Amino acid sequence: MFEPVLLKSVGQPDSHSLSHYRSVGGYEALQKALNDYTPDEIIELVKGSGLRGRGGAGFPTGLKWSFVPKGQEKPKYLCCNADEGEPGTFKDRIIMEEDPHQLLEGMAICAYAIGAETGYLYIRGEYVKAIRILETAIREAHAEGCLGRGILGSDFNFEVHIHEGAGAYICGEETAMLESLQGRRAQPRLKPPFPAVAGLYDSPTVINNVETLACVPHIVERGSSWFNGIGPERSPGPKLYCLSGSLRKPGLYELPMGIPLRELIEEHGGGAPEGRQIKAVIPGGVSAPMIPAEGLDVGMDFDSLAGVGSMLGSAGVIAIDDNTCIVKVATRIVEFFHHESCGKCTPCREGLDWAVKIMRRIEAGEGAPTDLEQLERLCGGIFGNTFCALGDGAAMGIRAALMHFKDEFTAHIDEGRCPYH
Amino acid sequence: MNAPLDMRARIEAAAEAYPDQRSAIMPALMIAQKEYGHLTGDVLEEVADILGVERIWVYELATFYTLFHTEPVGQVHLQLCDNVSCMLRGAEALLRHMEQVLGIAEGETTGDGMFTLSTVECLGACEMAPVMQVGDDYHGNLDADRIDALLATLRARREKADV
Repeated sequence: MFEPVLLKSVGQPDSHSLSHYRSVGGYEALQKALNDYTPDEIIELVKGSGLRGRGGAGFPTGLKWSFVPKGQEKPKYLCCNADEGEPGTFKDRIIMEEDPHQLLEGMAICAYAIGAETGYLYIRGEYVKAIRILETAIREAHAEGCLGRGILGSDFNFEVHIHEGAGAYICGEETAMLESLQGRRAQPRLKPPFPAVAGLYDSPTVINNVETLACVPHIVERGSSWFNGIGPERSPGPKLYCLSGSLRKPGLYELPMGIPLRELIEEHGGGAPEGRQIKAVIPGGVSAPMIPAEGLDVGMDFDSLAGVGSMLGSAGVIAIDDNTCIVKVATRIVEFFHHESCGKCTPCREGLDWAVKIMRRIEAGEGAPTDLEQLERLCGGIFGNTFCALGDGAAMGIRAALMHFKDEFTAHIDEGRCPYH
Repeated sequence: MNAPLDMRARIEAAAEAYPDQRSAIMPALMIAQKEYGHLTGDVLEEVADILGVERIWVYELATFYTLFHTEPVGQVHLQLCDNVSCMLRGAEALLRHMEQVLGIAEGETTGDGMFTLSTVECLGACEMAPVMQVGDDYHGNLDADRIDALLATLRARREKADV
């Protein structure tokens, strides 16, 4: 059985307190980093671990850190993306509520590696409990010299400030988050320049997800070969999987990266509720194209899922049962992207408006036979034609539903009603 | 209008976290909204004046981010998630149930100003779907009975506060 790493303290009494964190070896990795490693050696260590970003894109974390230019005049910033908004995802909330110091320690080690003295922790505003817990954790860490000036007896200084999000999914996109931190509407920037060179306030900036940073203390403590010995060679490490939807045992599961999706659904999630069958699974939040039940024998890692035309994304695994109308699910997904489109790029803003109209009329049994072609054309007009991946996610979601469940769409149109109502 | 002194102090304290006043607009709007309930034009101007930033900068944020309310909201904001994970576990039926019990449609506020009922995008608590945010708190694994009990508790709390 896999020994939990990131979730080892979840459910323990006062797991969020500094005293508990200390009792399980907390902040020893930071002490070790400061005493025994130069910043560059930390970057090499993280590179060697093979850690890839857990926010969705899977970019190699050590490589990202190495892009920050050394020794220039401008301040450097670390931003932690805790704006968890990808539907089906709740892992970062649980890390923050249950083990906030694990995140703060990871942030401090990253800041030391990249030479940042200021960190912003961008937490979505709905996560009131997590925000309060982190506020307390930051105060505790300051009081014991784990944050602030001269951390743990070194000459390293690092402050963490919480920035509360205000309900914009797009802030999960890193440059939109930077705009938001700068007090602007959260609209993605054109890249390059990449944030590592010109990010927050035009300064070098690293943006990492909560789970990514939470992995860092463990890598420092146990070494890079321990980390890359877990799971597939190119996507290693422990991984948090968020199971929800039509399952007997929804919840947060920590297992090795690369575990088969079928095992996750059937063994850990307990399969579909009594009398129902799983029809499809969304493996990585609604941005990840759905996979039909016959495709569940795929590894839950970045490369394997990309290989079957989907993605690991945030590992928000949503199971859909055979009582559920796929057209309805797909419509709800497109409605979400339409609602969250920031309005900057025309293909996403206008295209999703049309996509929602067409999907809704198909679901209502008022679709025309030409609507499916029209949807395909719309997806073609959106995909790859926007600043960020939001529009792409919507287009991929529609395409996957159409590809795997075209018969359900045509049944709505032919019968003039939703067959599931 | 003059903002309460402690609100000004809290906004100024929040601004210290940033090298640029403009970054403090979001936290300032959060503070102002807690103070006034919702963000009127006067409140937006007050926030701009406290921070010494352009009014349009404040206005554009207040109208972009969904957690900022430029219209009044009831004393208790019921925010039911109806995204996919909650939809798959009965959020739609719960919405219809609440609309019936409260006598309002989604997006409306009860005549006594007590409840506003909204549907929202994913709250990030899908392990306990269907889930609803009530004020600051999450309530999960909901069904019609639990909703009825929750509404009764909220009403009782309000009556107690009125006495």
